[in-house]
Amino acid sequence: MKLTRSLAQTFGGKQKAALIAATVVVGFGLGFGVAHLMAGAIAYWGVVSGPFLISLRVAVPATLIAGITGVASGYALAKGRFPGRNILETIGSLPLILPPTVIGLYLLQVLSPGTQVGGFLTRLVGHVLVYNVIGCIIVATVAAYPFCMRAARAAIEGVDPSVEQAARTMGLPNWRVALLVTLPLARRGIAAGLTIGAARALGEYGATLMVGGDINGKTRTMSLAILDSFTTPERNTMILILVLMAISAMTGVGLLGRTRS
Amino acid sequence: MTDALEVAVARKIGEFELDVAFTVESGISVLFGPSGAGKSLTLALIAGLIRPDTGTIVIRGRLVTDCARRIHVSTQERRIGMVFQDGLLLPHRSVLDNVALAVRQARGSRARRAIAHSWLERVGAEELAHRRPGSLSGGQRQRVALARGLAGDPALVLLDEPLSALDVEVRRELRQLIRGVIISSGVPAVLVTHDAEEAEELGDVVIAYNNGRVTGRRSVARPHGPEPEREEPERTESA
Repeated sequence: MKLTRSLAQTFGGKQKAALIAATVVVGFGLGFGVAHLMAGAIAYWGVVSGPFLISLRVAVPATLIAGITGVASGYALAKGRFPGRNILETIGSLPLILPPTVIGLYLLQVLSPGTQVGGFLTRLVGHVLVYNVIGCIIVATVAAYPFCMRAARAAIEGVDPSVEQAARTMGLPNWRVALLVTLPLARRGIAAGLTIGAARALGEYGATLMVGGDINGKTRTMSLAILDSFTTPERNTMILILVLMAISAMTGVGLLGRTRS
Repeated sequence: MTDALEVAVARKIGEFELDVAFTVESGISVLFGPSGAGKSLTLALIAGLIRPDTGTIVIRGRLVTDCARRIHVSTQERRIGMVFQDGLLLPHRSVLDNVALAVRQARGSRARRAIAHSWLERVGAEELAHRRPGSLSGGQRQRVALARGLAGDPALVLLDEPLSALDVEVRRELRQLIRGVIISSGVPAVLVTHDAEEAEELGDVVIAYNNGRVTGRRSVARPHGPEPEREEPERTESA
């Protein structure tokens, strides 16, 4: 109480004092958390760095691929007038609903060189698609895609069609209307979808385990490493790093969607 | 001499039936009538934003719609400029970009921006060039929309109640500007309004509309005052 009173006297007003006290407490908490994280990261860097880098190698391209295909298909679903649009959206959204093990199983059947489809794909690409980082990227892309596609469709449908019509009267061809008008006006919703997609790509582990195989130094992502080190002290460090990565991804993609006015 | 526009179209939307035929020449032709008479629908048909059920549309001698022969030239290919009631400027682009994007007759961003600048000057909005549409007043927005409608060297400019969302003072000021700029540009225009005073002040010809039909047509007698001289729009060669 004395401290509050003296703070109130110093800073003029109880509310201000409470705000300052709260800021100090939160600041200490954050400082301690960051220090703990840094200490953990230094102590366990040897263990943590491998999965950390693999997670980046998987999540970044997966988010990019899911973002591009998701926005393109979201645009087609929002603007196209073809039969079966809703069925296509449902199929594209299946990874949202199905358990990761089922997705993993199907992907394994499609990608494994031992199956007909997988064998064909392997010959086509000239590279094995399972039990390596490519397999992990495919899984993370499949996991992130529905978020990107659904958010893009909703955001594109939300763009005022009369502004697009106005752009057409300016002589802009449809592809330029899409690039210069529709997508920039839908960018907030698209960025929200990319953010969740990035977080999903980063956190995916069930199907990754089945298709990637949890190979140390090759396909063991942070999520898989946390599962493996459940009883070891580096677990907390990895969780904190994962949380920070997710926050960074969300902040970064969120900034892309900011509107200048 | 070829008419600037020949329209003979019919279109049914729900219970409403539009069935109109008229021609317009150079100058400003006003489609005048009460709300819901089909004036804006006619503009949308001329612009190619909506397809008629039957009929033809010819802009400056070029057939752009012929339902019988299944001809429907896209909005982009019609070479029209359009000024909407609420401007409909692209909210995420600067005023200059809004006008420059409409410039068809020049290649290269620098050439397009030079033309856009000259049009902004002509409508008295050059100081707004780097502002966003969201920060403009209604009158400023319509000035920019007028510049955008004319900047693409259109064969025809369509104005859909461009002043109806503005207060009386701004309307008066903009009426003079619109007439002056359009007449001096030499681009034929079709303007929609339900305001008799506006029709009288802006139009060379007034085409009366009611309930989806053309009910009359008359020329507006203008006192012999100085009409704005026709200026050739600036043409910048491809960069």
